[in-house]
Amino acid sequence: MAIKRGRGVAAINYPTGMNLGGDPTQALVHSTPTGNFMVTLSSVDLGQGMKQIMAQICAETIGVPTDRVVVDTADTDTGPHCMGTFASRGTHRAGNAVIQAAKEARQVMLEVAAEELEVNASDLETDGLGNILVKGAPQKAISIFDVALSAHFKRGRSISGRGMFLIPRSYPEKETGAMKPSTCYAHACTVAEVEVDDETGEVTVLTVKNVFEIGRALNPKMVEQQLVGGSWMGISHALYETTEPYYPNRDHGGTDFNQYLMPGPGDLAETEIIVLERPSADGPYGAKGPGEMCANPQIPAVANAVFDAVGVRIDTLPITPERILRALRAQAAT
Amino acid sequence: MELRKNYFADVRKDDLHEIGQDRPRSDSPGHVTGKTSFFADRNFPGMLHLKMVRSPHHHARIRSIDTSEAEKHPGVARVLTAKDVPHNVYTILILIQVGPEDETVLADGKVRFKGEAVVAVLADTERAAQEAAAKVKVDYEVLPAVFDMEEALKPGAPLVNEYHGQNYYLYDSGECRKVRFGDVEAGFAEADHILEQSYQSSPIEHAPTETTGCVVAPAGNDRFTCYTNTQAMFFTLDNTSIILQMPGSKLHFVGGTVGGGFGGKVDVIVEPIAILGAKLTGRPVSFIYSREEEMQISSPRAAEKVVIKDGVMKDGRIVARKVTGYTDAGAYSRHSPYGAQKGAGHYPGPYTIPNVWIDTYCVYTNRTPSSAMRGFGVTIGDFALEVQMDKLARLIGMDPLEFRFINAYRDGDMKAHRQPTEGAALIECMQEASRAADWPVAEKYMAMSSYAKGA
Repeated sequence: MAIKRGRGVAAINYPTGMNLGGDPTQALVHSTPTGNFMVTLSSVDLGQGMKQIMAQICAETIGVPTDRVVVDTADTDTGPHCMGTFASRGTHRAGNAVIQAAKEARQVMLEVAAEELEVNASDLETDGLGNILVKGAPQKAISIFDVALSAHFKRGRSISGRGMFLIPRSYPEKETGAMKPSTCYAHACTVAEVEVDDETGEVTVLTVKNVFEIGRALNPKMVEQQLVGGSWMGISHALYETTEPYYPNRDHGGTDFNQYLMPGPGDLAETEIIVLERPSADGPYGAKGPGEMCANPQIPAVANAVFDAVGVRIDTLPITPERILRALRAQAAT
Repeated sequence: MELRKNYFADVRKDDLHEIGQDRPRSDSPGHVTGKTSFFADRNFPGMLHLKMVRSPHHHARIRSIDTSEAEKHPGVARVLTAKDVPHNVYTILILIQVGPEDETVLADGKVRFKGEAVVAVLADTERAAQEAAAKVKVDYEVLPAVFDMEEALKPGAPLVNEYHGQNYYLYDSGECRKVRFGDVEAGFAEADHILEQSYQSSPIEHAPTETTGCVVAPAGNDRFTCYTNTQAMFFTLDNTSIILQMPGSKLHFVGGTVGGGFGGKVDVIVEPIAILGAKLTGRPVSFIYSREEEMQISSPRAAEKVVIKDGVMKDGRIVARKVTGYTDAGAYSRHSPYGAQKGAGHYPGPYTIPNVWIDTYCVYTNRTPSSAMRGFGVTIGDFALEVQMDKLARLIGMDPLEFRFINAYRDGDMKAHRQPTEGAALIECMQEASRAADWPVAEKYMAMSSYAKGA
């Protein structure tokens, strides 16, 4: 009886957005009298930080600092339609809608600034700090604060914009299955290292090294929180979780966190995250949806590592000590 | 976390001001100091609490329901049964023309899984609602149940859901979603080795910190404000409008920060019945799942069975792959026909294989309906595919990572569902993993690129 070590690898891809498309999201953007910007949506922030990302996307597009943008969302009386926050679609779909709305608002803002500066709007640029400058002559400038005041009280203009993003729905061909499931895919490769106690069947995940390709990390710290959380969830799916431990037998389902097993802090592996960025053609600033795929590759990587350690294949999830011991016994009997 | 900017630097401009910056989340101080408000923080004078009477049986006919004792229980304001629900038989994907309507808000004549909602009790306190719910008498005739997908698909199996008429979802393509590419049998015939393996998963709970729920307040003008943690505001509003036969203009949905979704809050389960209760009593209503309901009643990730048959050459090329996927939808469709179909679009994984055959089935059984969860339609398929890849590599005596390089898709490669590959990055992820994990592969694999061959 011994503790045996093994490692396994898995590589995956994942579609961004609702499968086969047909899932619209809209956004509205307007400025306040003093040049702050409101993004209005009906998308839902699930705790992943969607509001923050939408603020950064709007700020980048208009050319102001992120703290000048406020996001109002998840109210059906004020926000235009969004299909919902699921299918790794929030950043991709709503982000594109926000860009379109922000571009329209930016154009009005530049037109008002052009009138104030008596130049052509096409000769203006933003400095990202809250000012509009004449290209090549930055001493000729106006603050966005003053532009917004002018628009509201002098020129009677609404600095606002409408945005909509829709991937047209694809219908699978009946006989061949020809279809367009998604327009962009995120990628990952995970290497997991485990120890398996062949006396108790217990698995300890020592390390997981995850490489994720996500198009563009719009906010690297927030990407990290999502990717690390996903990686933990993958380990949890591989080794612990189910509502029906003896599926398809319907009995013995957990009803609270004492019975429904998940790893505690001490069970979590040393986790390494590496991010690659190949911008997608239709993503907001190249972003793809990282939300779901980051929890997938750890499951087969752990399963393959268990085999590498003790030489038995557990092809049924979760990979419990009971299943490992039964497999080891069956192996010893042959 | 490390950002490896050396990959794809030629196709990426890093000239942005706000994007790519570690801006602190504007909502995190509220989260960590307990200031962020969630739907359940709403409390209204005179608010009622809703509790469900649930089926103790996996499959049963309802002979009769007697609510008289429950109605007399102190604090009870109203008891609701199927006849109170204007459009009781519904299905949520009807909004994108995926029918038939196959589920009841409150059971009518039959229950099809253990825990199914039968009667709703509204009372002044949670305790009164719970006590009254225990006094509802339901007379059941227990029917044979089926839990195993293979059993469910056999002729003569108990019929789970009459609205479908058979124990699988009928796509326009027939009993399953199909993908046919190349000639899979010819591929098997030329292969050096054939490996057919079967993989299985069990249902998995989303386990959000915050359980599913909503608080509904009549606005006093025939409108109802529903504070909810749904993941999809208008999707829920529009389905509620259908179920309650109430114009959407009468409904106001307010979300906010949700305490974890993971796909578990897209089913439109609590809002319609809570709004109906508010409408019929004129009082605010709170309906919040207990942890037990969240774990055993709300939709889990589906159990799946995936059978993969591969033909592989000694040099590492996979020449044929046949995948048969079964998604256990439980008693009702919810999002499962979509999930099973998504699997068909995902297989054979991120590999270029000339001959592919895919069938994905959505199967009905007498268990808690499954639905969306993070990685919907893909997570379990990836487990099966990537364990299969490991087995194939060992079968032909090849390093598992190198074996994947040989088969990895690249830009321009035609996928089985007949879309050319664009924006591939699998090879680069594997190259970086090789370095990071100190898992060396031959130099020719480190020199590969996802860009189109010859580009």
